[in-house]
Amino acid sequence: MTMLFGVPLAVLYGQLLLGLINGAFYALLSLGLAVIFGLLKIINFAHGALYMLGALCAVVLLNTLGVNYWVALILSPVLVGIFGIFLERFLLRRIAHEDHIYSLLLTFGIALVIQGVFTNIYGVSGMRYPIPEALRGGVNLGFMFLPYYRAWVIVAALVVCFGTWFMIEKTKLGSYLRAGTENAKLMQAFGINVPLLVTLTYGFGVMLAAFAGVLAAPIYSVSPVMGANLLIVVFAVVVIGGMGSIIGAVLTGLGMGIIEGLTKVFYPEASSTVIFLVMVVVLLLRPAGLFGKEA
Amino acid sequence: MTNAVKPDYEQLRISDLHAFYGESHILHGIDLTVRRGELVTLLGRNGAGRSTTLKSIMNMVGRRTGSIMINGNETIQTAPHHIAQLGVGYCPEERGIFASLDVEENLLLPPKVRSDGMSLDEIYDMFPNLYERRRSQGTRLSGGEQQMLAMARILRTGANMLLLDEITEGLAPVIVQKLAEVLMRLKAKGLTIVLVEQNFRFAAPLADRHYLMEHGQIVHEIGANELESKKDLLNTYLGV
Ligand SMILES: Nc1ncnc2c1ncn2[C@@H]1O[C@H](COP(=O)(O)OP(=O)(O)O)[C@@H](O)[C@H]1O
Ligand SMILES: [Mg+2]
Repeated sequence: MTMLFGVPLAVLYGQLLLGLINGAFYALLSLGLAVIFGLLKIINFAHGALYMLGALCAVVLLNTLGVNYWVALILSPVLVGIFGIFLERFLLRRIAHEDHIYSLLLTFGIALVIQGVFTNIYGVSGMRYPIPEALRGGVNLGFMFLPYYRAWVIVAALVVCFGTWFMIEKTKLGSYLRAGTENAKLMQAFGINVPLLVTLTYGFGVMLAAFAGVLAAPIYSVSPVMGANLLIVVFAVVVIGGMGSIIGAVLTGLGMGIIEGLTKVFYPEASSTVIFLVMVVVLLLRPAGLFGKEA
Repeated sequence: MTNAVKPDYEQLRISDLHAFYGESHILHGIDLTVRRGELVTLLGRNGAGRSTTLKSIMNMVGRRTGSIMINGNETIQTAPHHIAQLGVGYCPEERGIFASLDVEENLLLPPKVRSDGMSLDEIYDMFPNLYERRRSQGTRLSGGEQQMLAMARILRTGANMLLLDEITEGLAPVIVQKLAEVLMRLKAKGLTIVLVEQNFRFAAPLADRHYLMEHGQIVHEIGANELESKKDLLNTYLGV
């Protein structure tokens, strides 16, 4: 067997793949957080719970209505996105003019409520979601075995991340979002309905979280607490990348997943803490984050 | 429509306007009228409340009471994003060029509010510098170019009433001269303009009337033909 620094290459590639998958989820979630933070200036602590809702929604759709994976991949984000729009419209907006600490606490509270309600209904043990038929099995690449579903997760996440970047940086709607992020009052004076833009942006960020949830359903166990565990790591990713940069959120997410994977190979004891170590180093050397703008 | 058609049409009528930022009461009962096609200035020392008057018209202050009629519509209850659609173009004192947009994106950002705005070609014709720098980041432009951009941006929307806040502030004399020419052309096209200015020498030859402000109130109204006879007044309030 080929070895690198005493590690079989197959193991290395396997962990790299796992890292890339985790990174894809970090990227999708921190992207949504960055989009929401840009315009609303709030840190959406409900993000993990909404990611969980996306996965749970797919499970429920399958078990009660027999809705298949591909339909759920669209339908679940739409449903959870509409829920997010209600959250913004009827809760977040009411305190939008207050200090941002209040919306932070509110989203944290919303996360606890959602998590609590669904723990009450489903308990904390994980539910299974079958891998869709078309993506079962895998291919032997010679140096490693690549399960189709994992490849799909990476491709789907990258396409959605790129699409989001393109929409924000290259379209007219995106220019509204960028300008609104800088100076919402002036945008209003130009006749742009900023409150509507805010609602839609929040809804879109929530959809990204729910989309990640559906992608995750067949590989991670679906439970009401699945988001809470992930979100802590995602916040560390966001701190490392710096708030507000779209590209930064995506690259940092993928990068941190890979670093985590590599750590699992070479120093497994540190694999669950390495991201936080990186966060500490970044905070010391570049407090605004790798891609953040220095104040 | 120009002022030749309907000479006394009131494009803007403000009555007993009070404005507040949180607890601070900034404007204390403003009354003013601007007829279609007129160029009217708001003069006064720093802190007199001129910018706040323009922001109040745009519903950008904390709270406002009184009446603001724009083109015959009462707007005191109107949401901020519905004001522009009445044909108002606002150029803020800090210019408000967006750093995350390039020059052309800045230019195309505000939606059209009326059908007869200037085309992109006409804009670039009037401001050739902007054409040369259309792919530059908005805030990379010089102060003068940024001011041109802030003006051009609202001309494209077709707004027929412009609220311009200190557009000559900190600019070189040649740029100020260019802005004066632009304002003359806009006036000739029949646009209604409310101009907040420190630079009295810039404003005097352009304006039809002047309102003098102090402590959030209008203290005097001076017609263009009265400037000579009211020099003392101007001296007292502006120190010109
Ligand atoms: N955002 C604000 N919050 C509180 N007070 C303000 C704000 N903006 C302006 N003011 C106050 O309102 C008064 C009028 O300001 P302004 O309208 O900017 O004057 P001018 O444009 O004539 O220089 C000043 O006393 C200023 O300190
Ligand atoms: Mg001012």
